[in-house]
Amino acid sequence: MSVSRVGVLALQGDVREHLRLLDELGADTATLKHPEQLEEVDALIIPGGESTTIGKLATRFGLIDPLREAIAEGMPVYGTCAGMILLASSVTEGDQPLIGALDVLVRRNTFGRQNESFEADLEVEGLDEPFHAVFIRAPWIEKVGSEVEVLAEIGEHAVMVRQGALLATSFHPELTGDGRVHRMLLEMT
Amino acid sequence: METGTDRVKRGLAEMLKGGVIMDVISADQARIAEEAGAVAVMALERVPADIRKHGGVARMADPSKIEEIQGAVSIPVMAKCRIGHFAEALVLQSLGVDYIDESEVLTPADEEHHVDKWAFTTPFVCGARNLGEALRRIGEGAAMIRTKGEAGTGNVVEAVRHMRTVTNQMRALQTMGAEQLMSAARDIAAPYELVKEVAETESLPVVNFAAGGIATPADAALMMGLGVDGVFVGSGIFKSSDPKGYAQAIVEATTFWNEPEVVAKVSRGLGEAMPGLAIDTLEEAERLASRGW
Repeated sequence: MSVSRVGVLALQGDVREHLRLLDELGADTATLKHPEQLEEVDALIIPGGESTTIGKLATRFGLIDPLREAIAEGMPVYGTCAGMILLASSVTEGDQPLIGALDVLVRRNTFGRQNESFEADLEVEGLDEPFHAVFIRAPWIEKVGSEVEVLAEIGEHAVMVRQGALLATSFHPELTGDGRVHRMLLEMT
Repeated sequence: METGTDRVKRGLAEMLKGGVIMDVISADQARIAEEAGAVAVMALERVPADIRKHGGVARMADPSKIEEIQGAVSIPVMAKCRIGHFAEALVLQSLGVDYIDESEVLTPADEEHHVDKWAFTTPFVCGARNLGEALRRIGEGAAMIRTKGEAGTGNVVEAVRHMRTVTNQMRALQTMGAEQLMSAARDIAAPYELVKEVAETESLPVVNFAAGGIATPADAALMMGLGVDGVFVGSGIFKSSDPKGYAQAIVEATTFWNEPEVVAKVSRGLGEAMPGLAIDTLEEAERLASRGW
C-alpha cells in the first residue's frame, strides 16, 4: 500500500485518536483547520465531536464550500459520528450547517442521552470478523439514497455507509484502535 | 450491548475535546450557548459569581430547571451535585443528564468522602488542583477531570496554577525509576496503579479541561496552550457585557488558540469582560477550590 497523507479536520473533537490510529496504520497525517490546507492532503477524516460546533466553526472559517469542492473532485472522506452528520444531506430535526455530500437522512442522538451510549459487536459488510463498535450519543441513518451502500445496521437502521469515496460510521473505531475501517479509507486513496 | 462502560463514559469526554462547555441558568441562555458553538452546557440555578454573592448553602439545581434546559438544546447537558451527595447524583442520573459535575462550587455535603462514581451509568467530571487529587477522583470513577481554578472570580490565576501543578507533577514521574513510583504515589496520596499508568503513558487516563476563572478568549487560549483538552466557562459569558459575542469568541479562540491573529480578531471590540476578583481579597472560607481533597 502506498503511503498517502490523510488530513483530520481539527476544529473540535477526538482528533488525537484518529491521528494515533492513522499513525499505527503507517499513513502520513496532518491536522487541518483552514481551507488552503485541503490541498496538502489526499484524504480527509471528519472526527467525532459535537456536530453543531464543528459545523458552525466550518461555516465561520470558510471551510464548507472548499470541502464540497474537494469531495466533488473525488477526495475520499471518512466521517465518524459527528463527521457522519456533517457529511449528510439532511438531518431529521433542527437547522445546522451540513456539507451535504452523502445522500442520507440522519437522526441525531437517536439512541438517547449519554446513559444509553453503548458498545457492541457489529457485523460489517466486507469484514470477516465482527467489529467492536462504540456508540456515543450516536446518530443513525433513517433513509439512504440510491447510490448509498449500507455496510452495517443496528435493527433496521444503517450505522455504516459508503457512497463512492465517502465513508461514514455512527460509531468510533478510533476509540478502540481497530484499524479495519480506517484501512478502507486508505485503500481508496 | 453494554452501557455505562469506562470506554463509553470517558469516550463522551473525548468527543468534547477542543470545545467550550458553558454555564447556563435558562433555556434562553442554553440556546445562546448552542448557537455560539458550545459543545455542552452546564445547567445551573445560579452561575458561580452569583453563588458567591448569594452566600448560604448552594445545592443541586431544581430538576425542572434541568429539564427545561434539556428540552431547549441538542448538545449534551451537564449538571452539578454537591461533593459527596450521592442522592443528588442519583437524581441527576435519573434525569438523564449527560455528565455529572461533583463540584466544589456547590456547598459540600461530605467533608471526608466523594461520591463512589463507579456505581453510576452517568459519567462524572471532578475538579482537581494537582495530580494527586486528579488521580484520587479517577480512582473513584471520574471519567473526566477539570482544574478547580477559582470559580466566579473571572481570574484565571488559580486555573493556571492547577494546570501547571498537574503538568509538573506528571513530568516528575517521567524522570523516576520504577522503584520510585510507590513512594511518589504515597507522597501525592494517589492510587499506585494510576501513578504507574501516568508514568508509562505520559498523560492522564482521562480528558482534562480548564475551569474556574476563564473570562476572555485569550484566557481560553492560554489554558489550551498550557495543555488542557478544552474549557469550561462559568460566569465569564453571561456576566460579560455581550454574552453572544463572548460565547462565540471564546469558542473560536479555543479552536484557534495557537493562532494569535485569530484570537486578536475575535477579541476585537468585545466590550467589558465580567468583573474580576483578586484572589488574595478572598477570605479562606470564600475559596471554593479548597473544598474537597
